[in-house]
Amino acid sequence: MSASNTSAGTMLEIKNLQKHFGPIRAVEDVSFTVRKGEVLGFLGPNGAGKSTTMKMITGFLAPTAGTAKVCGFDVEAQPIEAKKRIGYLPEGAPAYPDMTPAAFLDFVGAIRGFDGAERAKRVNLAVARAQLKGVLHQPIDTLSKGFKRRVGLAQALLHDPEVLILDEPTDGLDPNQKHEVRELIRQIAPEKAIVISTHILEEVDAICARAIVIAKGRVLADGTPEALEKRSRWHYAVSVVTAADEVQRLKTLWNGHPGVAAFEAVEGEGGLAMLTAFPRGGMPMLAELGRMAREAGIRIDEIREERGRLDEVFRDITGKAA
Amino acid sequence: MRNIAFILKRELGGYFATPVAYVFLVIFLVLAGVFTFYLGNFFERGQADLQAFFSFHPWLYLFLIPAISMRLWSEERRSGTIELFLTLPISIGEAVVGKFLAAWAFIAIALALTFPMWITVNVLGNPDNGIIAASYIGSLLMAGGYLAIGACVSAITKSQVIAFVVAAAVCFVFTVSGTTMVLAFFAGWAPQAVVDAIAGFSFMSHFSAISRGVIDLRDLVYFVSLIAAFLFANAALVELKKAG
Repeated sequence: MSASNTSAGTMLEIKNLQKHFGPIRAVEDVSFTVRKGEVLGFLGPNGAGKSTTMKMITGFLAPTAGTAKVCGFDVEAQPIEAKKRIGYLPEGAPAYPDMTPAAFLDFVGAIRGFDGAERAKRVNLAVARAQLKGVLHQPIDTLSKGFKRRVGLAQALLHDPEVLILDEPTDGLDPNQKHEVRELIRQIAPEKAIVISTHILEEVDAICARAIVIAKGRVLADGTPEALEKRSRWHYAVSVVTAADEVQRLKTLWNGHPGVAAFEAVEGEGGLAMLTAFPRGGMPMLAELGRMAREAGIRIDEIREERGRLDEVFRDITGKAA
Repeated sequence: MRNIAFILKRELGGYFATPVAYVFLVIFLVLAGVFTFYLGNFFERGQADLQAFFSFHPWLYLFLIPAISMRLWSEERRSGTIELFLTLPISIGEAVVGKFLAAWAFIAIALALTFPMWITVNVLGNPDNGIIAASYIGSLLMAGGYLAIGACVSAITKSQVIAFVVAAAVCFVFTVSGTTMVLAFFAGWAPQAVVDAIAGFSFMSHFSAISRGVIDLRDLVYFVSLIAAFLFANAALVELKKAG
């Protein structure tokens, strides 16, 4: 590990974390660090070890090997100090079903060490942030999935923790609620280190500065969403809409360009077709290909550069591991 | 200590947030009455004491206390709230003791609600109130013993049914270990010291000693150390579950 990982600003440091349940190796080897202000997307198919890793970071499960440090405190050696600094939304946002959100948050506030007016202030702020005002005095088991999740979020944010671990925070929310939760995360992000597990890739694009892909308990990729997109064969690919009978001419023409690796053509309606040229070297080629077509006098109705597709990269990376 | 108080408060509140508390209290009081008046022949004995009332407590606790203890940990594990609970900045010891004290306080409430019994014997005659007070203390301690066993068993499983059945079975062993039925089984082949040790583990013999009005240090030590031992095992089991 380089010095940059232990420099100031690192709030969460995971080293070679492993978890075996008998013969099942849920987490094989996971290492990463998260700095203040960073939102880390934790991606992986179901059963990849995302939740197990999060359970080890928060001290619910003891790792078979490896360490998790929260603001310098080892979760196993100094669990109370570490837990004080973590806000955790477990998978499925469990909460005591017979309690009302008000009573539940009051309990969490008490355990988090707040008294009297300070506790009331904290609870009120968390309630406002998670927009729970209308349901404060209803038993939690009568609440909708969306509200339950927000109760869990309010609980995780109550003590204004330095590290937030959110296991699928937007699962089960409608599009408006998802948007609100993402806005909330964006707002608080500069002051915290946040880890979000998800399998919704658009979410990674929307809020994460960095993404880690894990499968079979191992880290397979770690980088910005853009860097991940670059691993896609769609990155810098060029698509054109043209007449179906021009497709062959275009292919022959563009084959002369050194950057083109392959073609894919789809027949459309009204004698139109879409042709996509995939790049070989990961270099932009929109301008060049456009000029070549124009100079050859080939009719083009539409031309555009594709973005990398995260879902494809994700399938590609995690599929190889399977 | 602070955290134990908060956990106790939350747990105890939890009993009364659902019908569980009220159903339990009603059944407990009704059964206590039935045992006393019908099986214990309270009136026919013609004595102003609560022997008939207290002598059935071990049997009453035998199946009512596992019904309370079965949810302590199993319910949390089944509903997933345990993940939330154990990732709060509390120690496992605080969690175990807080839960236990809440359940014990609840049983103390149930026991306190039998006070009309005490009033009745005082109206009908002149009982030795010292003996009755000692019996109440003994009964509460015994309840704590059953509860600690049940809490420990509940930490093993997420199934409340299993927690109930196993706790009741273990409690049964502790209840009857002093009876001639059990002792005769061992007396034939085991050394006398072993037989005595088994007899010494009986809730019945320690409870009946206290309910005669003699609060012997040995009986107190027995119940307190039994509770402590099972709570320790409870904490160890919760810790063990962390390892997966």
